[in-house]
Amino acid sequence: MNSKHSKRILYGLYEDEEILLKAVKNARAEGLKIWNCLTPFPVHGLDQALGLKDTRLHTAGFVFGATGTITALTFMSWVNTVSYPINFGGKPNLSLPAFIPVTFELTVLFASVGMVLLYLFINRLAPGTEPDILDPRTTSHLFLMGFEIDDSTSQSQINDVRRVLQETGAVEIAEKNIEEEEDGAIRQIF
Amino acid sequence: MGHAFVSPIREPLITGRKTYKQITDDICGPVEGPPTKAWLAAISFTAVVALIGFATIGYSILYGIGTYGLDRTVGWGWDITNFVWWVGIGHAGTLISAILLLFRQKWRTGVNRSAEAMTIFAVMCAGMFPLIHMGRIWLMFFVFPYPNSRGPLWVNFNSPLLWDVFAISTYFTVSLLFWYVGLIPDLATVRDRVTGKWQKKLYGIFSFGWRGSAKEWQRFESLSLILAGLAAPLVLSVHTIVSFDFATSVIPGWHTTIFPPYFVAGAIFSGFAMVLTLMLVARKLLKLEDYITIAHIESMNKVIVLTGSIVGVAYITELFMSWYSGSPYEGYAFRNRVSGPYWWAYWTMMTCNVISPQFFWVQSLRRNVIFTFILSIFINIGMWFERFVIIVISLHRDMLPSAWSYYVPTWVEVTIFIGTLGFFMTCFLLFVKVAPVVAVAEVKSILKTSGDQYITKSSEQVEAEINQLAQSTGHYESLIKPQYDDE
Repeated sequence: MNSKHSKRILYGLYEDEEILLKAVKNARAEGLKIWNCLTPFPVHGLDQALGLKDTRLHTAGFVFGATGTITALTFMSWVNTVSYPINFGGKPNLSLPAFIPVTFELTVLFASVGMVLLYLFINRLAPGTEPDILDPRTTSHLFLMGFEIDDSTSQSQINDVRRVLQETGAVEIAEKNIEEEEDGAIRQIF
Repeated sequence: MGHAFVSPIREPLITGRKTYKQITDDICGPVEGPPTKAWLAAISFTAVVALIGFATIGYSILYGIGTYGLDRTVGWGWDITNFVWWVGIGHAGTLISAILLLFRQKWRTGVNRSAEAMTIFAVMCAGMFPLIHMGRIWLMFFVFPYPNSRGPLWVNFNSPLLWDVFAISTYFTVSLLFWYVGLIPDLATVRDRVTGKWQKKLYGIFSFGWRGSAKEWQRFESLSLILAGLAAPLVLSVHTIVSFDFATSVIPGWHTTIFPPYFVAGAIFSGFAMVLTLMLVARKLLKLEDYITIAHIESMNKVIVLTGSIVGVAYITELFMSWYSGSPYEGYAFRNRVSGPYWWAYWTMMTCNVISPQFFWVQSLRRNVIFTFILSIFINIGMWFERFVIIVISLHRDMLPSAWSYYVPTWVEVTIFIGTLGFFMTCFLLFVKVAPVVAVAEVKSILKTSGDQYITKSSEQVEAEINQLAQSTGHYESLIKPQYDDE
């Protein structure tokens, strides 16, 4: 299952998120395929500019939450009516209002824990993961736009990329090899 | 550099004309250097206090809670008072990061990280008290519904005390996840800056391999928003359920429907007070005045005056209802609060919680750092007394006058409480040293709308200019147009 393979990335670094946004739009207008953008903070509109699909994490959150609701309600109903019904002064065993607080808490718990675990999985975040870092300044103050280059990339295409990077205001242009895994089915859905 | 129009009426939330690079340097700098002597001295002191507290907890487990001042009448004393007080303090962090995120309050970015950390440490302190109060702490897993050989005999799902187990543990888990998910990108920033081999290794492990790609951020924002949406009602539910511990009983003084909103307001009130107490010191020592500005302090003080007034109205409503209900027992419970043997506790509470926050109607006091600090201490004390008043005064004179007592804590209870303060401070000091205290990425994302260099004119200047032009031309509408400084 190890689909890790080496990639050569040609990238430009920008000093401002709005310059990056314009650069992304220009590069796509020129028909260039962007590998990825690395930014120190979430840049609004960058996902649309890159043409990324919307994440489905929220849908998963709803499913996890609903699982919590159903788990809590069925479990408490089963405990109080089937497994160990106790007569409290003739009060009903299935007392739904009393189950609401725990049902709410479990809904929130399941949704949160489920979503965070899924988020860590699809983003490949785990203790000990060591990503290949193109430039350490991209988590501090620089904005990166990168293009993948392989043997099939012609020299004129590379020149095109370099020209676009220069024209859109990149302050530095560099190339680097990195190891990256391809996204499987689950990561593509979310 | 291009940026959208910023209303000049908005007060800047980041001062000092910061660039992205400077923000990283300012906030990550204190994390990377060696610890200062002041920090070492402070943490040594708080760690010793915490250790004495833990030793006393050990003593109370060994000899049982007979070592407390509790008696047949007062079954809940300092332990449950401390529990409710700490849980209340734990409300500010998630309120700031969740509810203020949904309300799009930009000032939360300066304080949310440290407030969330405080939430987690406060809930840890809170959780200790019910556990040691159980007496036989080694049977604490009995509170969870697990298949057992006693029937299986399940926990009582109709009991607010059990709801509390679920509320507190869920709140702790969700707060911890929310905090850590936000911390990952900032730890990655530190990872990419530190030079030491071990530092790089450790921050590499704890930053989980974050790169900051467009897709990661897209998912991050989606997750943050939904976690905020889930955590917002959760914050309100936790103290609501804590108040059910009292409100669903039949003790005069506890049996009131006003408790849930009153407890939630009180929790936010005390939480903000604790955030101010710690952050006013931290911003000074860590030189964060450009990120936690007077505008932040004023915003928090506004929340304090609101929630403090809600709490005040609740106290007065309780008094009114005790008379209006016509119930002699309710009436006595409150007369006893106001003028009984614990009158001093009641009036400490009233002074600290109802009278003192009213000073914050005055803007110059809301923006005064020293005054805010002193007042935040008053509120911390007042809110502790609120819980003491509700718990001890309601219990110490029950339905059987021969059992009436005057509860006084023993050294064990006092030491355990002081120990939790030491534990809380130790955790906070550790956090301040190892992680960025301000959410670096989030502050950068509001720079273009809240940095002082992007708000070029003060509101007074703009108003004066508009008035002047309006007088000379007679046209108002044409003057009030957004100005774009480039394009």
